Amino acid sequence: MRRDFDEGKPIFQQVRERIEDQIVNNQLKEGDQAPSTNQLVQFYEINHVTVAKGVNQLVDEGILFKKRGVGMFVAEGAKSKLVQKRRDAFMDNYVSPMVQEAEKLAIEEKEMLKLIRKIKRGEENES
Amino acid sequence: MSHKLEIKRVSKSFKKHEVINEIDFNVEGNKIVGLIGRNGAGKTTLLSLIAGLKQSDQGEITLDGEPIFENQSRMQQVMFLSDSQRDQSLKVREMLDMTETFRPNFDRIYADELIKTFNLSTKKSMSELSKGMRSALQVVLGLASRAPITIFDEVYTGMDAPTRKKFYNEVLDEQAEHPRMFILSTHLVSEMDYLFDEIVMIHQGKLLLHDEYEAMTLKGQTVIGEANAVDQFVSGKKVLNEQRLGPTKSVTIYGELSEEERQKAKKQELEIGNVSLQDLFIHLTGGEA
Repeated sequence: MRRDFDEGKPIFQQVRERIEDQIVNNQLKEGDQAPSTNQLVQFYEINHVTVAKGVNQLVDEGILFKKRGVGMFVAEGAKSKLVQKRRDAFMDNYVSPMVQEAEKLAIEEKEMLKLIRKIKRGEENES
Repeated sequence: MSHKLEIKRVSKSFKKHEVINEIDFNVEGNKIVGLIGRNGAGKTTLLSLIAGLKQSDQGEITLDGEPIFENQSRMQQVMFLSDSQRDQSLKVREMLDMTETFRPNFDRIYADELIKTFNLSTKKSMSELSKGMRSALQVVLGLASRAPITIFDEVYTGMDAPTRKKFYNEVLDEQAEHPRMFILSTHLVSEMDYLFDEIVMIHQGKLLLHDEYEAMTLKGQTVIGEANAVDQFVSGKKVLNEQRLGPTKSVTIYGELSEEERQKAKKQELEIGNVSLQDLFIHLTGGEA
């Protein structure tokens, strides 16, 4: 499992993002019990300290909360918080690099819009 | 309850050959400690000294302030499991019974569960067990005894990969439910490093490093980039390894980098990466594992 992680990014951040993904995708719903640190250590084969670092950030931001002796749970409003955060980052993470690359390749705005529509309609080949 | 283990400048020789040379470190609390060293580094000797099975020539080892050697109450707290041959005629069931008699915290129900987990037959005698099964039995005895200090001396190296994974998961589960001090010696560093809270690295009978897992991962860095820039950046630092690919050079250095140095590296378009415990181990103990 450990080999699944990217070299370029701190692993604790990737652990955190995977939990976030599960919340955004509704695999983990608000009020659900999140995987324990020990389960994450066993599943990803990464050190307890690394897992705790990622999980604690989510606790600090109110995405997860701890119930003493029971475990970790997804907080109320966690999903909307995460969605908002990702919307804020959408421009920087996705739109800007796309526009930059399009400029390099001289793809015009019109053409880009066409491509976006094509994907939206599912006309793009699966591959 | 948490315990304090102190290894105080301990040395041990066999026939004038010094196997352990003034090793000195402490471990306190419920932690999983990884003892890593190459073959012949002195791991087994050090662990049997800690377990009170051998007497040191110099220095002493104490548990909660009292020497362990020839100390019934202290030795009772420590359990040492290894691959060494025991009485071959005993049946697995008899081994369990015997251990139950000697170990006050032994949990028979848990032992029986573990026997199932590791697919062992209690009717077989020791001599009928494969190497992997003998290892698994040692693991069962060590886990179910719940001794405050549980030492596994490379028992798992005889197990196949899926069985080792089962073992690692059991240790993690046990540590969550019945916290205690585990000491695991190994040379399977990359496979096991995620288990450790603390790491003790020994080489040729001497202590090389002792630190927490996270601190260990910060001890080495790789610097990759244009060869001249890399050379300049690492000058004056302890270089563990160098590799070159055309105009690009990758150098492994020992020691932490300041924020200033990291900024400087970034400006010069040098890539800084972490060094895995495995690589650190290989470089510090002299090349090829």
